[in-house]
Amino acid sequence: MTIAAIQEEIIDEFSLFDDWLDKYEHIIEIGKELEPMDAGFQTEDNLVKGCQSQVWLHAAMEGEQLVFQANSDAIITKGLVALMVRVLSGHRPEEIAQADMAFIEAIGLHEHLSPTRSNGLASMVKKMKMFGLAYQAKQMK
Amino acid sequence: MITEQSSIAPFDVLEIRKDFPILEQEVYGKPLVYFDNAASSQKPIQVIDAISNYYLTTHSNIHRGVHFLSQKATQAYEDGREKMRAFINAEKTHEIIFTKGTTDAINLVAHSFGRSHLNAGDEVVISTMEHHSNIVPWQMICEEKGAKLRVIPINDAGELLMEEYKKLLNAKTKLVAVNHVSNALGTINPVKEIIALAHSHDIPVLIDGAQAAPHMQLDMQELDCDFYALSSHKMYGPTGVGILYGKEKWLEAIPPYQGGGEMIKTVTFEKTTYNELPHKFEAGTPNIAGGIGLGAAIDYLNNIGLENIAAHEHELLTYATEKLLAIEGIRIIGTAQEKASVVSFLQGDTHPYDTGTLLDKMGFALRTGHHCTEPLMNRFGISGTLRASFAVYNTKGEIDSMIKAVERAKAMLS
Repeated sequence: MTIAAIQEEIIDEFSLFDDWLDKYEHIIEIGKELEPMDAGFQTEDNLVKGCQSQVWLHAAMEGEQLVFQANSDAIITKGLVALMVRVLSGHRPEEIAQADMAFIEAIGLHEHLSPTRSNGLASMVKKMKMFGLAYQAKQMK
Repeated sequence: MITEQSSIAPFDVLEIRKDFPILEQEVYGKPLVYFDNAASSQKPIQVIDAISNYYLTTHSNIHRGVHFLSQKATQAYEDGREKMRAFINAEKTHEIIFTKGTTDAINLVAHSFGRSHLNAGDEVVISTMEHHSNIVPWQMICEEKGAKLRVIPINDAGELLMEEYKKLLNAKTKLVAVNHVSNALGTINPVKEIIALAHSHDIPVLIDGAQAAPHMQLDMQELDCDFYALSSHKMYGPTGVGILYGKEKWLEAIPPYQGGGEMIKTVTFEKTTYNELPHKFEAGTPNIAGGIGLGAAIDYLNNIGLENIAAHEHELLTYATEKLLAIEGIRIIGTAQEKASVVSFLQGDTHPYDTGTLLDKMGFALRTGHHCTEPLMNRFGISGTLRASFAVYNTKGEIDSMIKAVERAKAMLS
């Protein structure tokens, strides 16, 4: 599935909820289901620091695809992290670098991505795209 | 405690709420409950009207104008200063310096006192429970001067260890800077004793009173403090204005902070002589509307009576503490004997960001995080807390609904 198609799927999924708390209940569930990060990857180097909550992000190439693992110390942030991983992980670096993450706004969660929110999420998305760019550059060499 | 000569009407929180139209709104379809008062309180219509009327009828630049509006604006602004003098019972009106806020006031002292009175090897004493704004300015000037920052430790309840404080005072100590009330814990510190102990070594004291001013009667002459900093926006006044109180002898003894208009007597390219107090520390056109709005906020507080406000808030604090502790897994951070209306808490291992996000969606404005007190959070071995802080317009009913919301968030996150 393309990055755009996955985002469409998530938008559909969230359209079921008209109450804010139901939406967050779903995010919490997604957070709980996020595949645990390999313990060895949860390092200071992989830490994306936020003022309120922390995010860990690890990236590695598997064949042609860039694969992400991530975690957070707050469950709602973890749910949002899981959504980012679901959208971006397992795609080619150039696709990740160019991805338009419009679904966040479409499901009404863009407030979590504002830099002032300081939950590490905005920096994480930026970092995922940077990984995309970096691996793309590497491949072109 | 209502004194006999008090002309204060019986306290009626529902009447008071009518002065704060902002509280009537719904957020996310839920009634707004505003419990983030330690960050900033809401403004009554009396304050909003004073600012609005100033711009509608009186605005002009102050102090130097000969014309009617300038004199009227100057009078209104200087009335604000005099109201503040009376409010904190300072001896002289020119001991009240208008600043941008508490942070600005502390930076003024760190800069002006630090530059003139700190030398290599000297020490500045602060406490573990300081806001970053009463840590970083001292760190900066200490670094510049080769001076050292010494820190008063606290116990697990969040109270200063006074015996340890006494041991920190020595011939190298040049200043003590502590808060009156902790923004993160609510602890009311024994500032009178802190000041007296420092004075017995001839050491001046700065008190960060940002969290005290809206909650208790302040008396500079009784406290005998040398500097006292506070913010208008935490005491129902506008943002962008605050006060540095300084004893005349100290304000005379330290150099100006910023240079510019207003703060000069005469200027030539060879030499500038500085203006008298308070103008020496007030370079540039000040926040005129802010000073007038602050004056209106003081009138508002006086009209309700600080004893009444303190009693109401204490009742809310006691009520909220009891109700929160009845929820399984809740622990309160900051359990000092003497507390202002701040409850910092954690629920089990739940991250405060999670609970805070869910409470927001239920209409509750609480604060989550380290509250600009990272060293204090480190002392408790936590990354942050959820903080509910109460003001004159809050009700027990609002606390009841917060308790239900905390329980709901707990169920969702477990």
